[in-house]
Amino acid sequence: MNNRLILELNDISVNYGEVTALEDVSLSVSEHDFLGIIGPNGGGKSTLLKVVLGLIRPQRGSVSVFGQAPEHARSRVGYVSQRSVFDRDFPASVWDVVLMGRYSRAGIMRRYNGQDREAAERALARVGMLEHRGKQIGRLSGGQQQRVFVGRALVAEPELLLLDEPTASIDSTMQTEFYELLEELKNTLTIVMVSHDIGAVSVHVDKIACLNRRMYYHGSRELTPEILEATYQCPVQLIAHGPVPHRVLKEH
Amino acid sequence: MLTVLQYEFMRNAIMAGLLAAVACGIVGVYVVVKRIVFISGGIAHASFGGIGLGYFLGINPILGALFFSLGSGLAMAGITRRTRLPEDTAIGILWAVGMALGVVFIALTPGYAPDLMSYLFGSILTVPFSDVLMMLALVAIIIGVVAALYKEYLILSFDEEYGIAVGMPVEKLYLLLLAMIALTVVVLIQIVGMILVIALLTFPAAMARQFSHNMKTMMLLSVLFGCVFIIGGLWLSYTLRLPSGATIVLFGGVLLAASMGLSRARLRYHERTKAT
Repeated sequence: MNNRLILELNDISVNYGEVTALEDVSLSVSEHDFLGIIGPNGGGKSTLLKVVLGLIRPQRGSVSVFGQAPEHARSRVGYVSQRSVFDRDFPASVWDVVLMGRYSRAGIMRRYNGQDREAAERALARVGMLEHRGKQIGRLSGGQQQRVFVGRALVAEPELLLLDEPTASIDSTMQTEFYELLEELKNTLTIVMVSHDIGAVSVHVDKIACLNRRMYYHGSRELTPEILEATYQCPVQLIAHGPVPHRVLKEH
Repeated sequence: MLTVLQYEFMRNAIMAGLLAAVACGIVGVYVVVKRIVFISGGIAHASFGGIGLGYFLGINPILGALFFSLGSGLAMAGITRRTRLPEDTAIGILWAVGMALGVVFIALTPGYAPDLMSYLFGSILTVPFSDVLMMLALVAIIIGVVAALYKEYLILSFDEEYGIAVGMPVEKLYLLLLAMIALTVVVLIQIVGMILVIALLTFPAAMARQFSHNMKTMMLLSVLFGCVFIIGGLWLSYTLRLPSGATIVLFGGVLLAASMGLSRARLRYHERTKAT
């Protein structure tokens, strides 16, 4: 596997007023990595993704995405947000939602063209939702909606996919299916996924980063209790369980 | 009904009504879907300050309302994005301050303020042709903006956060949306009055939502329902000799309630047939 550098953060710090969200965080992601970022809520995980998207400029440190400033690399980055809050009755079909992902290609005030529609078809097929294209988005199950949102991220043909807590709102059988989808995608994409679901992350990703304001660990997915304890600042127990290499349970 | 068309005021009323239906049909869909009904209510009421200013300066009060509703829309967005004030607090402040300014301006204006009631409660039958032309211009602006930015506004109303993430100028688009609401308010003041504007911004779109899950279809239906409400209400007020603005609103309310009842019954019927 070649190791072209996709994403590089050097000693970045982000403050919101007096609150420090990220401090001296460094991170590098190479092509075809599947990186899971774990850490407690409020540990700066979403902030980190926003830095990569160029929505937040860090007060210190440098960010480079595909060797460019993040705001210029946006069209090469796909983003799946924490489940978006929208009305079940919202008047948009699966097709409408997936096409939204072409915004970064089409640009403002331009209509979607044939190319955009072809890309939307391919993206829907890739996430297995093409047959549902005419359905109203709010009528789908949580897992299906999440697939559509991944489709929306894929439709702009990104090279890097950012996922923010993608499984937070879907039930566990759907989650397994969802991770299988990611396994497939990682053959052609570089994926960075933020999650607080340590168990699932340690099974499915190749590399792990532990983030709680500072980066506590960044490397292969073999985690030790010490690292987790440092990250979560409370005792965390790692137990071996069946064929799964590591399963993590948190103690109260 | 056709004989009344020989009167110029009736022709103007019908043209004004149809233009208002187009404006509230299109913009109302965004108001309902994006859940900014009360922001729109705030903009509508704050425009009373402009009506008062119009009297005070001796210009067309509708022009004053145009400036005030645009200004209050922008102020509302500015306050909520730049200060820590919650949005509904900002709405309450502008709503009340706008109306209070209107009262003060009118008190400061020497003499009696004619037609004041018609701005508060509408008077579709006294719309002059020059105002019909102004409404036409405002509606043309609204159609132009929505046609050019349809896909952007679909993203904005569905998922603002995502719009920010893909680099869409979300804040500017939102300001423009509030400006379109302000223009619509001005168009609607003549029809039902500023106090009842909110009805035409919500009823047709809410009713259209019962029948369609597609934004464009919803807009078309909403315009159609707006026409039915306004023309039907106008005819009812003519035959029953009731105030036109309030009759339009009540007629729309009855139809909306009926359509909601109907779609609930339809849903229950579907569930029952599925169960058996």
